[in-house]
Amino acid sequence: MAEMIKKATRESYGLTLCELGEKFPQIVVLDADLAEATKTGMFKKKYPERFVDCGIAESNMVGVAAGLSTCGKIPFATSFAMFSTGRAFEQVRNSVCYPHLNVKIVGTHAGISVGEDGATHQCLEDIALMRTLPGMTVICPSDHYETAAAVRAAVEHQGPVYLRLSRLAVESFNNADDYRFELGKGITLRDGKDITIVATGLMVCRALEAAKLLEQKGIDARIINIHTIKPIDRELIVKAAKETGKIVTVEEHNVIGGLGDAVAAVLSEELPTPLRKIGVNDQFGHSGPAVDLLDEFGLCAPHIAEVTEKFLK
Amino acid sequence: MDKTLKQKLKISACRIRMGAVEGVYNAKSGHPGGSLSAADLFSYLYFKEIRVNPENPKDPNRDRFVLSKGHTCPGLYAALALKGYFSESELKKLRHIGAMLQGHPDMKGTPGIDMSTGSLGQGISAACGMALAGKMDGKDYRVYSLLGDGELEEGQVWEASMFAGHHHLDNLCLMVDINGLQIDGATADVAGPEPIDEKFRAFGFDVQTIDGHDFDEIEKAFEHAKTVKGKPSVILAKTVKGKGVSYMENVAGWHGKAPNDEQYETAMRELKQTLAGLEAE
Repeated sequence: MAEMIKKATRESYGLTLCELGEKFPQIVVLDADLAEATKTGMFKKKYPERFVDCGIAESNMVGVAAGLSTCGKIPFATSFAMFSTGRAFEQVRNSVCYPHLNVKIVGTHAGISVGEDGATHQCLEDIALMRTLPGMTVICPSDHYETAAAVRAAVEHQGPVYLRLSRLAVESFNNADDYRFELGKGITLRDGKDITIVATGLMVCRALEAAKLLEQKGIDARIINIHTIKPIDRELIVKAAKETGKIVTVEEHNVIGGLGDAVAAVLSEELPTPLRKIGVNDQFGHSGPAVDLLDEFGLCAPHIAEVTEKFLK
Repeated sequence: MDKTLKQKLKISACRIRMGAVEGVYNAKSGHPGGSLSAADLFSYLYFKEIRVNPENPKDPNRDRFVLSKGHTCPGLYAALALKGYFSESELKKLRHIGAMLQGHPDMKGTPGIDMSTGSLGQGISAACGMALAGKMDGKDYRVYSLLGDGELEEGQVWEASMFAGHHHLDNLCLMVDINGLQIDGATADVAGPEPIDEKFRAFGFDVQTIDGHDFDEIEKAFEHAKTVKGKPSVILAKTVKGKGVSYMENVAGWHGKAPNDEQYETAMRELKQTLAGLEAE
C-alpha cells in the first residue's frame, strides 16, 4: 500500500494536467482568473504557451474552448463550478454539447465545502445542470488517485466532459492494486448485504466511515462509489438494489437533480426500491469552515450512519 | 474592383438572395431581413475572399467562417449551395423535419458550417478560439465572423472582443452587418449599440466602416484587413435590412417572417429582374 495522500481533487487535477501535457500536446488549459485556486497555475508554469487566461469572462472562455476544439485541441475550460457550469451554462449547452465538441468543462470548488466564501460560490446545482445535456459525461472523482484517472479518461474520451472537483483536501483510498477506473462504471468499495450506500465525490470517504459506524451496530452496508454520474452504472445499481433491498445516496449537491435523482431514475424504471437521498435539502449554503459546514448539513459519517440505520428499521 | 469580378459577385449575391427567399418561403418561417442585408458580404466572402474547398470542407488549413448571427443562415445556406457544398434543392427543405438545413447552423449536419451558432454572442467566442488555435499552431488560415448590430447588445460579444484585442488576433476579421433594425424595432430605440466604431476601437480593433452593398468598398476593406498586424479587424458594414426585395427593405417586421404566396412571387420577380439585368451587362 502506498503512503496515505491527503489532497484536494483540484490539486490532483493540476498535477495530472502537468503529467499529461507532454504526452498530449493537444491539451490547452483555459482559466478565468482563478489559476491559483483551481490549480491550473501548475500547468501554466510548465506549459505557458498552452495556457490561456481568459480573464473574468467564463461565457467567452467556454466559447473559445469550443473554437479551439474544432481545430483539434483538447481544451480544459476551468473555473469554480458555479461559474463554469452556472454562468456559462448556455454556452456549454449550445457551443459545446449541441455540436458535441471535445471540450472538457472543469468545475472546482463544487459544493458547500468551498467554506468561508459562502452561498454565492457554493455550487449545489452543477451535477443537475450538466447531466441534463445530451452527450455530456459527468465525472465526480472521490480522491487524488481517482482524479488522476478521471482527467486521463477525459483526455482520452472524445466528446464533452464535465469534471466536478473540490476545494477541501480529502484522504485518498483508491490505491488498491485492483483499482481500475472506467468511465460509466461504479466501484463497489465495500461489500455488504443489509443496505447499499451510493456516494460520489467527497462523500465517498464519508460513506466508508459511515459503514464502519454501522458495522459496530451490526449493520453490513455495501458502499458504491459512483464517480461517473452520467452515463450512470445502471447494472451495478440494480444489482445492489436486488441484493440489499434498500439504497441510500449521498452527495454534496442539492438533492434535486443530482446523484440521488439519477439513481432513483434507474431504480424506478428497472426495480422500484426504497431510497433515501442525503444531500443539501433544496437550500443555499452559508459561510463557515468547510468541515463544520459538511457536519451542519449532515454530510458526515455519523449522519449518514444515522439515516441509514433509521431507514433500515 | 475588376469589372468582371464585380459582375460575378453581384450575380452571386442576387442568387444568394433568391436562395434565401426560396428557403424561408418554403419553410414558412425564418429570417429573410438579415439574410438579404448580408447577401453581398456572403457573396464576397465565398466567391472572392476565403480559402475553402467544398470538396474538402474539413481541411485543417482552410479559412474559417462563423456566422455569429446564426439566424441569417438562409443567406449562408444559399451561398454554400452556390459554392457547391450541397445541392440547391436542399434550400427548399430548410427547417423541415429530417432536413439537413436546420433553423440555425448545425456544424455536425451541414458541410461548410464551421460552428453551430444561433444563440447570439456565442459565435464570436468560437471564432476567437479558432484564431487562437491558428496562432498556436503557426498556421496561416484566417477566421471570419459575421455579427449583427443587434447582436452587439449581448455582453459576450464584448468579452470576446476584449479577448481578441488582448491576444492580438490579427488573423481574425469580424464583420458587423449594421442594418439598424432588430425584432423590436430600430437598434437605436431598443438598446442603442452606437457608437459601434468607437467601441471596437477601444477594444483594440482596427476598424473600418463601409457601405456593405458596395463591392469596391467591401474589397478595399477586406484587403486592408489582411495587412493589419498585431490586432484584430472589424469591418462595419452599413446595410439595408431586406436589401433587394422592395417591400422588405428597412422594415423591422421582415426580421423573422416568411413571405406569403403573393409576396414570394413579388420577391422572386424582382430578384429575377435584377439578375436578368446583371447578366445582360
